[in-house]
Amino acid sequence: MPLTLPEVERIAQLARLEIGKEEAEIARRQLNDILGLIEAMQAVDTAGIEPMSHAVDVVQRLRADAVTHRDADGKLRDLYQAGAPEAEAGLYLVPRVVE
Amino acid sequence: MIHASLKTLRAALDSRKISSVELSRLFLERIARLNPTLNAFITVDAEKTLAAAKAADLRIAAGNTGPLTGIPLAQKDIFCARGWRTTCGSRMLENFIAPYDAAVVERLEQDAGMVPLGKANMDEFAMGSSNETSYFGPVCNPWDTTRVPGGSSGGSAAAVAAFLAPVATGTDTGGSIRQPSALCGLTGIKPTYGVVSRYGMIAFASSLDQGGVIARCAEDCALVLCAMAGFDERDSTSLERPAEDYGRDLGASIKGLRIGLPREFFREGADAGVMAAVQEAIAVYRGLGAEIVEVTLPNAHLAVPAYYVIAPAEASSNLSRFDGVRYGHRAPEYADLDSMYCKSRAQGFGAEVKRRILIGAYVLSHGYYDAYYLQAQRIRRLIAGDFAEAFKACDAILGPTSPTTAFRQGEKSADPVGMYLSDIYTIAVNLAGLPGLSIPCGFDARGLPIGLQLIGNCFDEARLLNVAHAYQQATDWHLRRPAIAA
Repeated sequence: MPLTLPEVERIAQLARLEIGKEEAEIARRQLNDILGLIEAMQAVDTAGIEPMSHAVDVVQRLRADAVTHRDADGKLRDLYQAGAPEAEAGLYLVPRVVE
Repeated sequence: MIHASLKTLRAALDSRKISSVELSRLFLERIARLNPTLNAFITVDAEKTLAAAKAADLRIAAGNTGPLTGIPLAQKDIFCARGWRTTCGSRMLENFIAPYDAAVVERLEQDAGMVPLGKANMDEFAMGSSNETSYFGPVCNPWDTTRVPGGSSGGSAAAVAAFLAPVATGTDTGGSIRQPSALCGLTGIKPTYGVVSRYGMIAFASSLDQGGVIARCAEDCALVLCAMAGFDERDSTSLERPAEDYGRDLGASIKGLRIGLPREFFREGADAGVMAAVQEAIAVYRGLGAEIVEVTLPNAHLAVPAYYVIAPAEASSNLSRFDGVRYGHRAPEYADLDSMYCKSRAQGFGAEVKRRILIGAYVLSHGYYDAYYLQAQRIRRLIAGDFAEAFKACDAILGPTSPTTAFRQGEKSADPVGMYLSDIYTIAVNLAGLPGLSIPCGFDARGLPIGLQLIGNCFDEARLLNVAHAYQQATDWHLRRPAIAA
């Protein structure tokens, strides 16, 4: 089933991508082309095959649940926040979400 | 000196024939002269380069020298480098100054003492096979500037091919080291997944992304890979393995080596010129005493479909971090938080990145997850199983790297699916997590380089590099230079 325009718009909203009508129409065509390419998978019988989620089957390494880095003077924080669009007093600023 | 191998550069630096500062200047001058034509670098910072070269010279003077100390390199702009603008080819990160070094940068620059010449251009977020998706403009192929260098590590490949750098780093999610190496007449290796740390390497599809090297010969690749590889606890998928000398097998005889030709790679799909060069390479290997056997990868045709579910799914998740809050582009105008996200992302990402985010969001969405994502992961296991089976009958797999030589700028940019098929021979290798490399094996009728792909079993990098090296001892394709670098 090919994707419809409203579906493309819904996916764009899920992905937090603003999309105009014209752009959505181009995306709809291109996404359907890509889904057509992907479609070849559907004819394959994969019953009983374990999904392979990673390139190598390794167990996730765990570490102790303990602090590994301290930043008492906030220098590291300031370094990381230097690239933020808007930051103040160690906080990231965003539009008001609670009235 | 600019045409010298890394070994020759080492000897020249050690014997004080040239200093790292002088050597770096030579390359910086070439970059200043040729980069306006090629656009291989997004960021060049001569001051930083020369400071690093000076530090390398001090190390050399103090006798604190490794095999790579003082040798310049181009860093793909996907690797965070402290104090350097790190864009990943995207408007989203146009003004992003990395606050820390990627593991690859630490190892190559701080530990090994290599000198960064700049940040190499690339497809945006490594999504592309032509370097045309870069926000900073396309890169030109040094062999023919009307053509693409391949991608996504297109800037890295163009820089090395035009002798703007002796070697470059790259990353490979579906062919992004091997395909540009093929299209630019270079030797490029993508190691086994987990060998090179992904710490500080901007994520595209985390279960597939792997760092590697683009160089002029297998010997140079081995040297740089030795310095790049190694366990890193900051990357949760980094493999805990003892350090390896990837050059240890270089020079060993390949007599009796079983080279497998996957039936599926020789059926159709590639240009006649490409296949003719591959056949000649097979004859060279026969002459070197290798045994040629036929193998089969029955699910190879499903690699591209499975990849275009798995890679976009992982990308849509990885790229959700770009929200205009902590770093990256923020739209100048918005009504509320949600519109700030939507506008910032719409402005910051280019068309190809958006397409992949949309595909990823779709295949992961409720009601489609099983049919697409889980099905793709099951097919991924079938593909990995095919390779495991094939490696029972052979020691290395050989085939073309790319179905065509370098195509024209713009030729495929309006046809995403056509572009995706550039990687039909390389993608399966990433899905299975195997090491793969590309070496030059001839030229087509237009004089464009052709790449030969060699695929090894897990952790077979050393043998694979020797299989490439043996070919490069018997042929001189890797020594040919484009007119721009004559």
